[in-house]
Amino acid sequence: MRILVVEDDKDVAGFVVKGLREAGHVVEHADNGRDGLFMAASENFDAIVLDRMLPGGIDGLRLLETLRGQNNNTPVLFLSALAQVDDRVRGLKAGGDDYLTKPFAFAELLARVEAMARRGKGEGPTTKLVVGDLEMDLLSRGVKRAGQRIDLQPREFRLLEFLMRHAGQVVTRTMLLEGVWDYHFDPQTNVIDVHVSRLRQKVDKPFPTPMIHTVRNAGYMLRPEQP
Amino acid sequence: MPQLPAPPPAHRSLLALRRPLMRSAGVRFGVIYAVVFALGTLALAVFLWWSTAGLLDRQTDTAINADTQGLQERYREGGLPALVATIEQRLAGNVDDDAIYLLVDPSFHRLVGNLSGWPPAFHGEQAWYDVAVERAGRRGMARLHRFDLAGNFHLLVGRDVEVHAQMARLLTDALLWAAGIALLLGTIGALAVRGLFRMTLADVSATAAAISAGDLTRRVRVSGRGDEFDRLADTINDMLDRIGRLMDGVRQVSNAIAHDLRTPIARARARLEDATAHAACEADLRAAIERAEADLDGVIAIFQALLRIAEIEAGARRSAFADLDLAPLLLDLTDLYAAAAEERGQRLQPDVPDHLPAFGDRDMIQQAVANLLDNALKFSPPGGTIHIAAGTDPAQGVFITIADQGPGIPESDREQATQRFFRGESARSTPGSGLGLSLVQAVATLHGGVLLLADNHPGLAATLTLNTRGKPRVNATSFADQAAADAGAA
Repeated sequence: MRILVVEDDKDVAGFVVKGLREAGHVVEHADNGRDGLFMAASENFDAIVLDRMLPGGIDGLRLLETLRGQNNNTPVLFLSALAQVDDRVRGLKAGGDDYLTKPFAFAELLARVEAMARRGKGEGPTTKLVVGDLEMDLLSRGVKRAGQRIDLQPREFRLLEFLMRHAGQVVTRTMLLEGVWDYHFDPQTNVIDVHVSRLRQKVDKPFPTPMIHTVRNAGYMLRPEQP
Repeated sequence: MPQLPAPPPAHRSLLALRRPLMRSAGVRFGVIYAVVFALGTLALAVFLWWSTAGLLDRQTDTAINADTQGLQERYREGGLPALVATIEQRLAGNVDDDAIYLLVDPSFHRLVGNLSGWPPAFHGEQAWYDVAVERAGRRGMARLHRFDLAGNFHLLVGRDVEVHAQMARLLTDALLWAAGIALLLGTIGALAVRGLFRMTLADVSATAAAISAGDLTRRVRVSGRGDEFDRLADTINDMLDRIGRLMDGVRQVSNAIAHDLRTPIARARARLEDATAHAACEADLRAAIERAEADLDGVIAIFQALLRIAEIEAGARRSAFADLDLAPLLLDLTDLYAAAAEERGQRLQPDVPDHLPAFGDRDMIQQAVANLLDNALKFSPPGGTIHIAAGTDPAQGVFITIADQGPGIPESDREQATQRFFRGESARSTPGSGLGLSLVQAVATLHGGVLLLADNHPGLAATLTLNTRGKPRVNATSFADQAAADAGAA
């Protein structure tokens, strides 16, 4: 994917750019709002990582509002030290697709950027999700693996649905909490891990190869078993 | 440049004296009081005058008019002799000796009457005269009405009003005295008003000055009379109490940050330094760095929790308040935690009504209940049951109780349990930041409720109450006071 990083802090920018390149993306970098806006408006990107407070007279919010004013719908992830709930709401209202507060873990940023960019592609409404030999029918709410029926509780179904929609991507615990439960806080207890491990009991345990993988220091990933 | 001559010292001091005097609100109120008092007295005096002296004058005029009319009729009916006879008759019948008559011929010679002659000043167009007349050797004030009869005769009819004049003088003297006394009383009253103001405000201002100088323990004196000044004093004292609490909070938090964040930062630093000096291979180095990262994540989590609490306490989140049903919210959270509880051999037992309407911030309430559940799971022994009860209480509004069977919090610690970074004896060995209950408390306060910690025999029963009747209050105690005051007033 082609990703634009607009960030004035050299260390943070270098860290993000390097990480994204290592993950196999093509990355451009702008260190002020004016250049960022110019690049975002004149070139095609799959995603933009945008700092809120930028030098050059145009801050992140202005940049995004201008971009959206030109009917540019490139997915934008805000990366900001402004962490208050109201700041977050303002960022999302201005047209941001996601909001990550500094300090952050790179794995979280990468997972969110990839999830966001794919969402931006607009797959359209689907009725069936297929990953490897795992099939999910969204209408009859039935799940099968290798032709074998798997009974899931409603919450487990939604958890698996979220993982399947982000198949092949890292999904962090925070993303699961937001996407599946719609909670915006971090529980002290390992509640998410327990739910994932229950899902594994049903989806992976009866079969020779596991599909739900734990990604160290990041979260989980669902991917088809590799031959 | 020529120097401006300085004004003479006396002049300057006068100016200096006048300006603060007019600026004093006490003096202003005093002057207003005195003026209102004087106007009241003046109005009373005018009314008194009008209803006594004025009434007598009007009665005199009426009598003179009636007399004159009678005499005119006699003259028309019986001519001069009848008139003379009538006047003589009236003079004779005048027991009070206050009637005055004088009839003169065209050349102003006296025909009949009790005046010696036509007063020289009575030759104008005027009909009414107030003059001093001499009668039977006595001088006195008289009110006379002159009119002309057919045949160029002239008649004076009047009344001796010396008694009236004396009374008027008496009344004037009395009113002057009254005015003097009113002025004196007004001045004394004004001084008293000013003094009262000064006294009351001096205390407020002295307290405020002491507070700004850093003495946060000073309070405005309350007289106990329950008047407006007392209410002002109460309000100011409440405000000072809250400022005091906030200041204490800030002090505690900065101390706690210094102490509690030092530990994980020191640990991370030590790990990194140790790895730099002693790591034998890259794997060791990576492991050390990862552990240091985890330590720093802990520090970040603490900062985020602190900021969140601060944000809630600032009340900025009230904009997100909405009507919501707590029943599905609680069941969802139970669902989220049930799996984790089961894994630890614990059981969650919800006892929630079908609908539980409330008014509040969904995210905040979720997080507060999640914190209570985190604690319950953390401290309950395997095999323990965690009760989640909720409902409506007419006294408290909506309540949510999470009761566990863990070690509980000793009564002596419950006061401090909601303070930031407080960790009980039994919690020292478990992971945690000591911020969970502070956040719950902040959420409760934001919703005009309280966090009550009680004994579950054994364990802890934490009850979060939310005021669902709309406008959030500052805190529960002040609401209770307000309610008591309202009840007293009713």
